[in-house]
Amino acid sequence: MLSLIVFLPLAAALALAALPRLGDAAARWAWVGVAAVDLALVVVVWLQYESPATGELALEEQAEWIPGVNSSYHLGVDGLSLPLIAMTGVIFLACAVYALRETDRPRLQAALFLFLQSVSMGLFVAADLILFFLFFDLSIVGMYFVIAGWGRQGAGRSALKFFLYTFLGSLALLAGFIGLYVAADPHTFDMVALTEQTPLAGSSLAGGLVLAAILFGLAVKTPTVPFHTWLPPAHTDAPAVGSAVLAGVLLKMGTYGFVRIAMPMLPEAWRGWAWVMIAVGVVSVIYGALVSLAQENLKRMIAYTSVNHMGYIVLAVGAAGLVAGDTAEARSVAVTGAVTQMVSHGIITAALFLLAGVLHDRAATYDMAAYGGLAAPAPRFAALFAVGAFASLGLPGLSGFIAEFQVFTGSIAAAPVTAVALLGILVTAALFLRALQGILTGETRGSSVGFTDLRPAELWSVGSLLLLSLLIGVLPRPLLEVIEPAARAVVELVGR
Amino acid sequence: MAGTALWLMVLLPAVVGGVLAVFRLDRAAVAVSISTATATGVLSVVVALTRPVVSVPFMAGSDFALGIDALSALVAPTVAFVTLLVLIFSAGEIHASQGRLNGLMLLFASAALVTVAAQTLPTLLLAWEVMGATSFALIGFWWREDRRVSAGVTAFLTTRTADVGLYVAAGAALAGGAGWALADLASTSAGWRHVLAAGVLVAGLGKAAQLPFSFWLSRAMEGPSPVSALLHSAAMVALGGYLLLRMEPLLTAAGWAAPTTAWIGALTALMVGAVAVGQRDAKQLLAASTSAQLGFVVMAAGLGAVSGGAAHLVAHAFTKALLFLAAGAWLTALGTKQLAGLHGVARRWRLVGWTATVAGLSLAGVAPLALWATKDAVLAAALEESLGLYAVGFAAAALSAAYAGKLLVVIWHRVPDSARVEVESHLDEEQPGTGHVGVLEKAPLLVLAVGAAVLGLLTLPPVGETVAQALGEQPPHASLVELLISAVVALLVLGLVWWRPVPEPRWALTWLGLDHATQAVVVRPTLGLAARLAWFDDRVLDSVVTGSASTALSVSRRAARFDDRVLDSGVEATSRASLRVAERSSTGDDRWVDGAVEGLATWLRGLGRLARRPQTGQLHQYYIQAVAVLAIGVLLLVTVR
Repeated sequence: MLSLIVFLPLAAALALAALPRLGDAAARWAWVGVAAVDLALVVVVWLQYESPATGELALEEQAEWIPGVNSSYHLGVDGLSLPLIAMTGVIFLACAVYALRETDRPRLQAALFLFLQSVSMGLFVAADLILFFLFFDLSIVGMYFVIAGWGRQGAGRSALKFFLYTFLGSLALLAGFIGLYVAADPHTFDMVALTEQTPLAGSSLAGGLVLAAILFGLAVKTPTVPFHTWLPPAHTDAPAVGSAVLAGVLLKMGTYGFVRIAMPMLPEAWRGWAWVMIAVGVVSVIYGALVSLAQENLKRMIAYTSVNHMGYIVLAVGAAGLVAGDTAEARSVAVTGAVTQMVSHGIITAALFLLAGVLHDRAATYDMAAYGGLAAPAPRFAALFAVGAFASLGLPGLSGFIAEFQVFTGSIAAAPVTAVALLGILVTAALFLRALQGILTGETRGSSVGFTDLRPAELWSVGSLLLLSLLIGVLPRPLLEVIEPAARAVVELVGR
Repeated sequence: MAGTALWLMVLLPAVVGGVLAVFRLDRAAVAVSISTATATGVLSVVVALTRPVVSVPFMAGSDFALGIDALSALVAPTVAFVTLLVLIFSAGEIHASQGRLNGLMLLFASAALVTVAAQTLPTLLLAWEVMGATSFALIGFWWREDRRVSAGVTAFLTTRTADVGLYVAAGAALAGGAGWALADLASTSAGWRHVLAAGVLVAGLGKAAQLPFSFWLSRAMEGPSPVSALLHSAAMVALGGYLLLRMEPLLTAAGWAAPTTAWIGALTALMVGAVAVGQRDAKQLLAASTSAQLGFVVMAAGLGAVSGGAAHLVAHAFTKALLFLAAGAWLTALGTKQLAGLHGVARRWRLVGWTATVAGLSLAGVAPLALWATKDAVLAAALEESLGLYAVGFAAAALSAAYAGKLLVVIWHRVPDSARVEVESHLDEEQPGTGHVGVLEKAPLLVLAVGAAVLGLLTLPPVGETVAQALGEQPPHASLVELLISAVVALLVLGLVWWRPVPEPRWALTWLGLDHATQAVVVRPTLGLAARLAWFDDRVLDSVVTGSASTALSVSRRAARFDDRVLDSGVEATSRASLRVAERSSTGDDRWVDGAVEGLATWLRGLGRLARRPQTGQLHQYYIQAVAVLAIGVLLLVTVR
């Protein structure tokens, strides 16, 4: 089942690439169809899913692959990965619907995004480090072509920067993986086995070095301050659907690595590095929010809020490493918040980037000062943008609150000093209200004049993402019931 | 059954409001929203009588829990009925974008009702912040005008700053091991209890527009009058006070928190009361007086006088909603809310004038109207606690009479012909007036006036006893002497205001300069820091990355040059050298090797010639040679052995 979810989009991508005669409309709808089927398969998996025991995975599939280094084709899901593959399916479907209006080589674009979907799904269900690394690198390659091929004029430079920077990170990650392999006895790349073994336990120097390599690799991808500078140009130059996937799905590969690899496999080193992670998290939260506040380009602004939002996750997983007797409950609340934040940030930011794409589509600029009073010609855009902005600033009733409330309360209970990160929700509130005011309200002026409101494809794609955020915000139980056991397991594993 | 009523009470306005606002159903908005508000009102009475508790699992082991107890049984119907009356009024007054307005009002009302009924901290925080967000949208309802949207932004950001207190409190409750049920918070472990109390206190003060957060309420007057009537009298601001009343056991348990709360409330009542006296704009005067009157509620929370505080909250809600609606009616009719333009307005629209007068006298503390009795219930508790607190509260009460009197004097003032031009110059200065007050606007005022007149009963015997018992307390009652003195003082101050104009100092007009101070101390430094960090991010951090990339590039260029100049030329030099070696060796080959070979051949030939010599073909010579070789062989054998 998991293999089907992973490789169905790839098969469709190959088919699309191999059929040059296929019409544009057929290609666009084929993309929507495949993305919908893949999402339906994820829903089936969700319904079948039962939480596995600590350190184990559900719905496992395993086949021999590279026996020489004990690396196998091993897939499985748990409460950390299942919400993320669901989110991935939703975001790719929303992008497919949004791209129904794409005119620039739609067949190739569909093929490329289906390839990216396979890669993303594969990463989140991979239970073998080599497999994980393979998907990690392929995601970079795929996104490079999205930015370079469909981005704005001169996007090549940003694409290259993105590629080189994140590729450098992936090399560090590989070095860390090899360190784990070498330290494991018997040598293996299998995640389940490594989690059980916790190689490098007791050797603080080697453990610290391996963790440092892995953390650097993940921190670049996440990204956290100070490794985030590839993000704003990549987003500014990427097409709307590219930005949505980059921010919504690809960034999560970094944060997912923390809870899937770094914490359970190197618990001792993680505990030693917990305060570093907390510091990086707090700095990312406040720095990201403040820099975002100063932006005049809407896409750069949203990009920097991603740094802020990823900071909450880093903060929470850092706080989870502060093992003390009576805070286990609080720490698992923090980790639950972190995983919820991955899902929530994915759908909200994807929605915001798609909306930013509408601005560029109509008026060819992301400059906020070029707009004003947009609510008059485009009430539907205004309504969705306002909901998206409030969701992103963590308004209760929407998914961001469920995530951030748990991140904050869990982290504060584990380490009271983390309360300083609450400044982040004030600054994000200020910057989003400022953006709302600047773009939507006042007299209709500049590029707002004659602005065409959302078209059905745009409305449906963005609207359903925000509706999902509302659902999670009001009825979080179905999601939290999957995440909570996994979060408790992570806390238990990191406490070993 | 009762549980269903409670769910319906909060869900009905939320869902209907959401649908109205999202789909902009302008035509159906009035009918749908008024029937929804009516149903909500009925449901609020049902739950107030049946006191249900309901819950569903929410997050982190805590429930989304609602429940009605004695306190919320008083406040929930107040919120629901003021919402209904305000919606009726607004149907007569606002005709554009009714779907959005009424939808947002219902959403707000739902959030306010959840706040009132919340039993756990996550539930409370959820509703609390949704109230803030809808208030942003309602204050900025006329979004084409920037200053109104800015006012909404200010309101949301200021109250959210205070809301951070609730996030901290939630973290403290989790750490303190008491869980998130509001009823259990007071039993949190000792250290965390202080953090909890501080967080709750800040959040309550922010929403209740107490010092130092009061300024947002001044800006919020940019919103439509019905919005002010609901948000800034009966709901949002009032619920700031409500939170502190509900959390009174926690404040008391924390020790320092209760007296701090009481003093902040008293000082707000006094200082913002003075601000109210200094206002020249009717809505600004009412806003400041709201902040000041909530000061009494906050004071009650700090003094443990929950029944007095709750009664004051409810009585004030009716009184102030009425005054805001009256000011709104005049603004619509005359196009101004400047006091200078409202002279004699009560004589023009009698019903509006008389109901506003009832509310004004209640606000002034004139017996036997509502706020006279409720405020004295709070002051009685203050007198038991500290004389200083009582004195400040008493002075604040006298100021209420002054600002209420200022308004009453203006609206009843008979304009002499000489001043008519001056008054009329203010007409239509803010918006075109309609010169008309309709029946939809008048009807709600009558109902509210009844409340403003009689709700003092909530603290007076015999109803007061029942209320206090239901809340589980035995509050000190204001003695007859205290009640009489306060009534007399109110009348005296009213007379004074009627006799002489009140002073309007600049610090009062600018609300103690709090807005400017916030701009100077918080907003501008933050924006400056943000700009500097953005510069740092672009110029320093990013250039480190691009710099190291270009360093890598230049290193590789140098490597390429090394490759070209050194390695490659090395290879070439090597090949040249080997060529030369080859050449030299070829000459050497000719000269030496070949010569050596030929020399060897010549020598061998000579040897050959030499070797041919013994081969003479003569047998005797061969024998001699054989003997010689044998002799040499024997000799060798002998010597070597």
